[in-house]
Amino acid sequence: MKEFKVTPIRNGTVIDHINVGMALKVLKIVGVKEDVSSTVSVLIHVPSKKAGWKDIVKIEDRELDPKELDRIALISPNATINIIRDYNVAEKFVVEVPNVIRGIMKCANPGCITNKDEPVEAEFVVESKKPITLRCVYCDRITTDIAENIQ
Amino acid sequence: MSAAFRGMDVVSIRDFSREQVEHVLKLAEKMVPIAKGEERSVLLEGHVLGSLFYEPSTRTRLSFDAAMTRLGGRVLGFDQPTGASVAKGETLADTIRMIDAYSDVIVLRHPQEGAARLAAHFANRPVINAGDGAGQHPTQTMLDLFTIRKEKKKIEGNNVVIVGDLKYGRTVHSLSEALAMFGANLTFVAPPSLQIPKEHLKQIESMGHKPKMSTSLAEVVKDADVLYVTRIQKERFPDPAEYQKVAGTYRIDLDLLKEVRKDLIIMHPLPRVGEIASEVDSTPHAKYFEQAFNGVPVRMAILGLVLGGLK
Repeated sequence: MKEFKVTPIRNGTVIDHINVGMALKVLKIVGVKEDVSSTVSVLIHVPSKKAGWKDIVKIEDRELDPKELDRIALISPNATINIIRDYNVAEKFVVEVPNVIRGIMKCANPGCITNKDEPVEAEFVVESKKPITLRCVYCDRITTDIAENIQ
Repeated sequence: MSAAFRGMDVVSIRDFSREQVEHVLKLAEKMVPIAKGEERSVLLEGHVLGSLFYEPSTRTRLSFDAAMTRLGGRVLGFDQPTGASVAKGETLADTIRMIDAYSDVIVLRHPQEGAARLAAHFANRPVINAGDGAGQHPTQTMLDLFTIRKEKKKIEGNNVVIVGDLKYGRTVHSLSEALAMFGANLTFVAPPSLQIPKEHLKQIESMGHKPKMSTSLAEVVKDADVLYVTRIQKERFPDPAEYQKVAGTYRIDLDLLKEVRKDLIIMHPLPRVGEIASEVDSTPHAKYFEQAFNGVPVRMAILGLVLGGLK
């Protein structure tokens, strides 16, 4: 079998153990668009010892901010973040689902006041982390479909 | 207790403990003679209620007006958003900031769910939710509890049958959670498509209760102490024939009441559209008009508490 190979990166971030199928959502979260200035590698449906299959995203010359990490945690709570500096793993950690989610997701309820033109950010209390279950602070709607509503 | 109430927002029944609700009901009892006009009160003299109704309402709006006026306070606001700056596209947040400056307490009815929580976020004055879309309507829940307690002496242990649109019915969700908190036995009667949503059922079960579910009212009504009827909305059915069938099944008439308990009480948040035949009105079971009146003393108690006039 031919070995699957993506070259190591010098500086940047490797997001590993992304739930399979979520890599494109991760790209959206970290804002990778047409005008990207450095190399981004996306591996979809990679064999994984832990989960069977996983996705991986490598972004060169970029470290993620806390809000981006929160968003990734919501759609892929087991993802690991490897910060690479000069080819070495400088930091490695598992993303963490916060207790309160603010401003990174819209409410799944179309009738919720936060989906109207009001000067507030949608806000959720995390009712359960496995599986991730969020309750809207405003309308009380329970959401488990995170990927659909992430902004 | 008074310290906990003064300045408090009344957004959702979930914000209240059983003790707090009991305190409201106890004070509401004392308000009855004032609500009936038998006694005069100046408890809230000099206070102004800002009343913002973005949706039509008869009972809720008028009973808040009556409650504030009977306690010597004044009411300002609107009962439809047309003509107001709202119609010009003002955000709710801005309207709330304005009314917050003109009044001492705000009552809000709004078509969007979560509107009252948003208002509470922007207002310094206490905000009372008078219904937000398909969301919460906590003062309705309190007046329903008040009615059951008044007629049955206690809430705990009563068999309460709730029938109608349990899926979309705004009053049903908060009422059923509150009834479970008070230890009533619940039975939900609805066609499968309009049964109580899973998340509400889960919430009730988390309080250690196992409600019964049924599609047949005739089967369960015999053992009921309280029959709570809600309106089935025509617009929920794509097929008008299907609506007629369902609406007809749950119609309360003298025939249905032949084998019920003598002291069964029938409640309805009103308006009714044929769910209860008018022939039922003159039976001792009918309590829906008393229930509508009870909105006044209950809202008096709430206004008095959040404004600090009552302790």
